[in-house]
Amino acid sequence: MTKSIGNAINRIGIPTFAVGLLLLVLLITAGVQGQSIPTLITDILNRVGMNGLLVLAMVPAIKSGTGPNFALPVGIEGGLMALMICMQFDFSGWFLIFSSLALCIVLCTILGWLYGKLMNAVKGAEMTIATYSGFSIVAFFNIFWLAIPFSNRKMGWMLGNGLRETIQFKNFGASRIISDLLKVEIAGVGIPFGMMLVFALFCFLVWFFFQSKTGMAIYAGGQNPRFAEASGLNIDRNRVIANIISTILAGIGIIIYSQGYGYAQLYNGPLNMAFPAVAAVLVGGATASKASIPNVLIGVCLFQGLMTTAMPVMNQLFTGTDLSDIMRIIIQNGVILYALTKVKSGGDR
Amino acid sequence: MNNWIAKVTGQPSFDLKTWILDHIVTILFWAFIILGLLTAQNLTMDGFFTELCNRFYRNIFLILSLIIPVVAGLGLNFGIVVGAIAGQLAVIAVRYWGIAANEQHFGGLTGFIMMIIISLPIAVLIGWLTGTLYNKTKGQEMIASLIVGYFGNGVYQFIVLFVIGAVIPVAMAHPMILYDGVGIRMSVDMGSVTYSLDDLFEIPFVPFMIGAAAVILLFLLWNQFIRKPKADGRTTKLNVIAFTVYALLSAAVMVYFIIQLVTGSVLNRVRDVPVILILVVVLLAVFIQWIMNTKLGQDFRSCGMNQAIAEANGINVNRTRVIATIISTVLAAWGMVIYLQNMGTLNTYTAHNNVGYFSVAAILVGGASVDKATIGQSITGCLLFHAMFILSPEIGKAVFGQAALGEYFRTFMVYGVIGLSLGLYVWRANKRAQLKMPGEGESEELKDQRLIAG
Repeated sequence: MTKSIGNAINRIGIPTFAVGLLLLVLLITAGVQGQSIPTLITDILNRVGMNGLLVLAMVPAIKSGTGPNFALPVGIEGGLMALMICMQFDFSGWFLIFSSLALCIVLCTILGWLYGKLMNAVKGAEMTIATYSGFSIVAFFNIFWLAIPFSNRKMGWMLGNGLRETIQFKNFGASRIISDLLKVEIAGVGIPFGMMLVFALFCFLVWFFFQSKTGMAIYAGGQNPRFAEASGLNIDRNRVIANIISTILAGIGIIIYSQGYGYAQLYNGPLNMAFPAVAAVLVGGATASKASIPNVLIGVCLFQGLMTTAMPVMNQLFTGTDLSDIMRIIIQNGVILYALTKVKSGGDR
Repeated sequence: MNNWIAKVTGQPSFDLKTWILDHIVTILFWAFIILGLLTAQNLTMDGFFTELCNRFYRNIFLILSLIIPVVAGLGLNFGIVVGAIAGQLAVIAVRYWGIAANEQHFGGLTGFIMMIIISLPIAVLIGWLTGTLYNKTKGQEMIASLIVGYFGNGVYQFIVLFVIGAVIPVAMAHPMILYDGVGIRMSVDMGSVTYSLDDLFEIPFVPFMIGAAAVILLFLLWNQFIRKPKADGRTTKLNVIAFTVYALLSAAVMVYFIIQLVTGSVLNRVRDVPVILILVVVLLAVFIQWIMNTKLGQDFRSCGMNQAIAEANGINVNRTRVIATIISTVLAAWGMVIYLQNMGTLNTYTAHNNVGYFSVAAILVGGASVDKATIGQSITGCLLFHAMFILSPEIGKAVFGQAALGEYFRTFMVYGVIGLSLGLYVWRANKRAQLKMPGEGESEELKDQRLIAG
């Protein structure tokens, strides 16, 4: 009996099982505490939609063999840059969203190409270098936000040069524009159908891409580089393509995230955004070398569900201390560490 | 030119391009610092040196804690953050008792020594845990050590914000405890422990520099003319040109500071040198050198060269790596205690966060890499890195008219330095591996490594 339970847990994966169990306990506690469950579910759905694409960005990178994209800020900064340029021209509403998405794809293709080249140069230590590429680009853009002469008064400080720390979407008529699209309330639960459709569309696109010849080749190269090389696949090129896609997804992801949040967070906002996304896909059952769309869906629901539920429950249990954030730090990094112990080492070093 | 440099450095062949690539980070920093010193307007010489010395005394111990894991092949241990956390836990405990006793007990140097003692078992335990983890994440130690730092931060926050007070009983009215009796406040005053090590014995800056230069000069002379060759026949003598350069340099420093002393220049206003702290650092350096020559040190090096061969030579690789991590963690804990006695306050929730990045960036600026780090590199790195830190707001102001820009710039330098050095290292290692045809050339290297390992 215990053995079969153990087997079941192993098949689901320890992180998935543990986080799922914790979420269940928290939801029950929330019910006992008399928290409004429909409100909680509304919040969870909303946050799943906001974070979904950032987590989805992990899939191409992992499949290509470069490991989880710890350099998510590269794409995020590309997306923010596109957003800022479009805001500078005072675009608003849907036009702002679509123009910034288009520009984002262009910018992120360039950034992703450079980043992919870098990843090919540092094979074997991708995750470490990726993390520092992410940090470096955030620091670089900090200088950039301050030094580039954006002139739209809605974006600048009251005094002096440079952009504000957070830029309101409200001023551009685009706050929660996708989040509130086709939002239907059923039994007190607000279901953001528009947001879910967007997320589903991108999931489908990524899935579809990996059914294509290039997609299959990327996957093959990630699973067994030597074998793929021997069968004449250009692995380096494929890795670059995968990282371009990952970077674009991160860029689009931050635009969707920011509109849902109502603010674009500049400066050090994106600095640590990669880690929750990496943790989420791992919670969904992915490893550093294997990931799929279901992993993303399960992971983002469990992880964001846990984060959303933890805050009100913990606050009621232990008033005054922000234990939910501490729990996030411990779970997020614990999950990543667990995944790292499962990485097969590529050599001596 | 190239021949001349080859003679000084003692390397048989010298290639300027390779040399620049090898030292790119150090060169960039020198250029930046010179630019800073030229452009800074509101900076006095004595102010600059006081700040630089202060930062040096504070950080050098932490930076030295990175050396042993590098030698043992673990790479740059960003996980010294958890070591710093161990130090902070000890600091919190001792300060709690110290304040409760109105500084009558556990204050001053006694408090400092208590912190050192209490942090030891905590750091050993944490070091053992992280070392075990690094053994399970072989090949990915650096990213693992980074995440260990974050993870440790979470656990630490849980302890100081919740466990203290909710599980460990504390006095509710104690000034270190938050209003509701659970958790430690944002900052902890070091009270009488502040400067307890620094203040023990101090010498003015200029005479100290004269003395230090004299000691180095005497050492050089002794090493060159009196010291006998080592038992295994290896000589420690420098070649003639290198010796002349070093000797003239230290003599010049000595003369320069004598002139400063006589003319009574602004440099005489630089902060006094805490001699005991310097002695502690020298002791640590001697300890590191000594351990490298013991059997354990040989094992560290063998593991760093090639784990498979080390294992084949009967070395317990995993155990050796755990020991290296424990030493590093303990040194980081002590380094943090020394740092805090100099700072005067502990920012409970943030003090440890940047310890890993800053220390690693500093040692890399000194010219260290993933598989090579020395005491000399730590010292030059510490000085260069912190000079950059002091100067970058000045440069931001002078060049761009905004001090904030300088501050962002220095964050960029921290991450950029780490990314650039690590990237270049891996890139070069990969290129070497590609150049070597499988089976060819490899055997010779293996033979070398076997010799070293055996």
